Amino acid sequence: MNGKLAPKHQRLVLIAIALAALIAAGLLAAWALRNQASYFYVPSDLVADHPSPNQAVRLGGMVQIGSVKHSPDGVTIHFIVGDGKASVPVRYSGIVPDLFEEGSGVVAEGHLAADGTFDADTLLAKHDANYVPRELGDMSAAQKRAAIEGTTK
Amino acid sequence: MSRVRWTLWLPLVLFAIFCAVVFVQLVHPAGTTVASKMIGKPLPPFQLRAASPDRPGVSTADFQDGKPKLLNIFASWCIPCIAEAPQLAELERQGATIIGVDLRDHPEDLAAFLARNGDPYARIGADDLSVVQLGIGSSGVPETYVIDGKGVIRYQHIGDIRAEEIPFMLEKLKEAGA
Amino acid sequence: MIANFGLAALWLAGALAALQLLAGAFALRGDEPTLARLVRPAAVVQGVLAALSFGALLLLFARTDLSVRLVVENSSSMKPMIFKIAGAWGNHEGSMLLWVTIMSLAGALIALLERRLPEPTMLATLAAQAFVGLGFYAFLLFSSNPFERVANPPPDGYGLNPLLQDIGLAFHPPTLYLGYVGLSVAFSFAVGALVTREVTPDFARAMRPWVLGAWIFLTLGITAGSYWAYYELGWGGWWFWDPVENASLMPWLAATALLHSASVLAARDALRAWTIMLGVIAFSMSMIGTFLVRSGILTSVHAFAVDPERGTFILALLAVYIGGALTLFALRAGTVTEGERFAVTSREAALVVNNVALTSILAIVLVGTLYPLVTEAFGVKVSVGPPYFNPVTAIFFFPMLAVLAIGPLLRWRRDSLGRVRGEVLLVALVAVAALAGARFAGSTRLLPLLGLALAVAVAVAAFLPLRGRSLRRLPLHVWGMVLAHFGIAVSLFGVSVDSAFTKERLIAAQVGETMHVGPWAVTLASVEPVAGPNWTAMEGTLSVSFDGGSPSEMTPQSRNFWEPVQHTSESALLTRWNGQLYAVIGEEAENGGWQLRLWWKPFVTFIWFGGLLIGLGGLLALLGRLSLDLKRRHVRARGAERRAEQAQ
Repeated sequence: MNGKLAPKHQRLVLIAIALAALIAAGLLAAWALRNQASYFYVPSDLVADHPSPNQAVRLGGMVQIGSVKHSPDGVTIHFIVGDGKASVPVRYSGIVPDLFEEGSGVVAEGHLAADGTFDADTLLAKHDANYVPRELGDMSAAQKRAAIEGTTK
Repeated sequence: MSRVRWTLWLPLVLFAIFCAVVFVQLVHPAGTTVASKMIGKPLPPFQLRAASPDRPGVSTADFQDGKPKLLNIFASWCIPCIAEAPQLAELERQGATIIGVDLRDHPEDLAAFLARNGDPYARIGADDLSVVQLGIGSSGVPETYVIDGKGVIRYQHIGDIRAEEIPFMLEKLKEAGA
Repeated sequence: MIANFGLAALWLAGALAALQLLAGAFALRGDEPTLARLVRPAAVVQGVLAALSFGALLLLFARTDLSVRLVVENSSSMKPMIFKIAGAWGNHEGSMLLWVTIMSLAGALIALLERRLPEPTMLATLAAQAFVGLGFYAFLLFSSNPFERVANPPPDGYGLNPLLQDIGLAFHPPTLYLGYVGLSVAFSFAVGALVTREVTPDFARAMRPWVLGAWIFLTLGITAGSYWAYYELGWGGWWFWDPVENASLMPWLAATALLHSASVLAARDALRAWTIMLGVIAFSMSMIGTFLVRSGILTSVHAFAVDPERGTFILALLAVYIGGALTLFALRAGTVTEGERFAVTSREAALVVNNVALTSILAIVLVGTLYPLVTEAFGVKVSVGPPYFNPVTAIFFFPMLAVLAIGPLLRWRRDSLGRVRGEVLLVALVAVAALAGARFAGSTRLLPLLGLALAVAVAVAAFLPLRGRSLRRLPLHVWGMVLAHFGIAVSLFGVSVDSAFTKERLIAAQVGETMHVGPWAVTLASVEPVAGPNWTAMEGTLSVSFDGGSPSEMTPQSRNFWEPVQHTSESALLTRWNGQLYAVIGEEAENGGWQLRLWWKPFVTFIWFGGLLIGLGGLLALLGRLSLDLKRRHVRARGAERRAEQAQ
């Protein structure tokens, strides 16, 4: 396994190995991305598509005013996320991020449980110049208005 | 030998694809600024209760008295609003009338914000449901609009007003009033 | 006055960069031999001027000169002096000026000190360096002027955000920048060698110290950034595969591959084209990283100000520099003759495996980082995180580590596994023993198990090259290699143990209540309001004891700032030799209890300790190589003297 390689061959062999590795990496990446990427849903899409509990999901919307309820254990909250057309109940255990507020935008990362509640592992709340989460920016004005009004129900 | 040759071009090709994808994304959705579609249209009819006890609230009629004004969308929780406060003060000093629309705020927080950062507002309306904000096509804070004497929206400034933009805003006000 | 001076110096520096480029380019074409003599002085003066310009900016910040827009927006007279100064580079314009300053100083150093390379290659290198610098000068002078003035100076600046007044945050960017800029030097060397077709061991030796220096700073910068995120963000995590984090990791991966490839080229005159390619890729990655972060096209937990105009400018620079270099590569690399041969079992071959694996990991991280961008163009919004990055990179990383264990033991050019079978057996046995031990201790997930086994194996294998050698006469750079490889093992050990054995507790505790997390007993002694210069907080006092030992105190806080209005969580950390107890306090729960989140993270500090060891190893290697270079230069000079004497 250690004979001398002919002049032109060594570079070809090296290039072939490098290409093979990179192609393998690329294919692996493509396959893994399809399975492991986390898809973004607004509540109406989530209710319509109903992703499986295995799918990692990011749910973005507005936290309905008056919907936040604290569990007796003191560390779990239930609240409702809406987008003006549909709403999804969310359950989260943990210390709530600083900028999480009723009537404000939130993105919850987690999975849709079998009972229709969204089990959130992380909550992201951004209270910056664009109070609407960037992903919701595509909503029409009417939808946004309805979403905000929905937070007061 | 030719097999070696074409592989040498591969990195360049991959890089070109990267540049193309990225350029499309840069140009295609304008990131996080959304221009209002209400420019040139009259303000929608609205009435906001007073956000601050010491001055009246805001309604569409306040913009129809013949004098062009600035409509400033802000909130006490909005950090760039702090940066723009001196510019608003300067604009008011130079004769601009500024009417404030305060988003989802509490009276105590608003009072503290005004005390700390200055108070250029002739009136402040409380917009808890973002009715006015969405009605004029705004999607973020802070934003400042030039409204002419008849209540028509003439110009939208997205983001905080910078010091060098003061002459420009005064220019826009003059255009709306002339 | 100072601002005007700073701007003038910047313009002059840019002009000199243009002169450096033009003189170098024309001299290379052979048109005007006298032009060649302008290039080095131009590089030196450019460096001095850029440094003066940056010094002016520092002075403006130190004095809080409010006539300058940058100072108004990013500083405040009430900041402590060290943060005033750090504010100079804690913004877009200032950091670009820092970048340009370091680049031109590096160019000046090369012009003054580098004597090994043939003159045409030196000219080409300096011209390439000037070409890259010009893009940034243009960016600064026409679009991001750091010395821009303000018409009506306000009474004070706005930059008093306490969250940004953190020592780690202040020094994290310049550390990374020194890394990125060092890679720009490697890029210039690669372009210079490509233009003159002089891809030789001397080229590798000239480039290597710069790559090493850049790599050390990148290692330290990434390590520091990771630790900062760990204690600031309060989630107990230390790496999130966030686009900004990936932007610093990718150049590091490329630089590591480049480092090893350059060593092969220097020692054995092999892997010529590969080293050139990596030289271009490494700098490309730092520029792509900068672009991704500053253009705002990727949403990130710590995204900077969004500005499509800036993004377009940087993209244009990228296209010119990288596209140009890759085109040059495609045109010229074919004519670079092949280097020395080597067998399948040899040190060169092991380093080829190392390089290929690192490049593959780089590709995986790049694809994962860009994937959300691509899908968004098709209307699908996704995010890519640890579930993708961890297993996919591990598939290439783990075999690479296995080769790392044996590679340094192999001889150059041709060796046989039979010769090293003793060591191979030892390493394999250690790995299996560690695997069994971890399994026995309760770890069940595959990735942490394998990681642990490999970490222990590499830790042992790192010292094997020392066998049979005189330790006193061992070159310093070999110590560097041993330490750096050991550091990788230490870091991986920390990662694996943390991943496998972390214990967590989330509870709403009443005052006086005791809870357990791992071997710790934690009692919530009290929750009191406390106040600071611009904040108030609820501070919890936790009395904690490890395994029934004597108690210590931890005080996590839930803090509210009033200028500007912001809420932060100040986590409390208790560090032992074998791990850290991490405590975060939340809000008061409805039952009167306080939300507490506790983690016991065994050996987590090894992660960053390992990073420091890697950096230290790099430093030893750098010092070792530099001292060898000096010795060689000394010998060469004496040899030339002697020849001159004999000729008389």
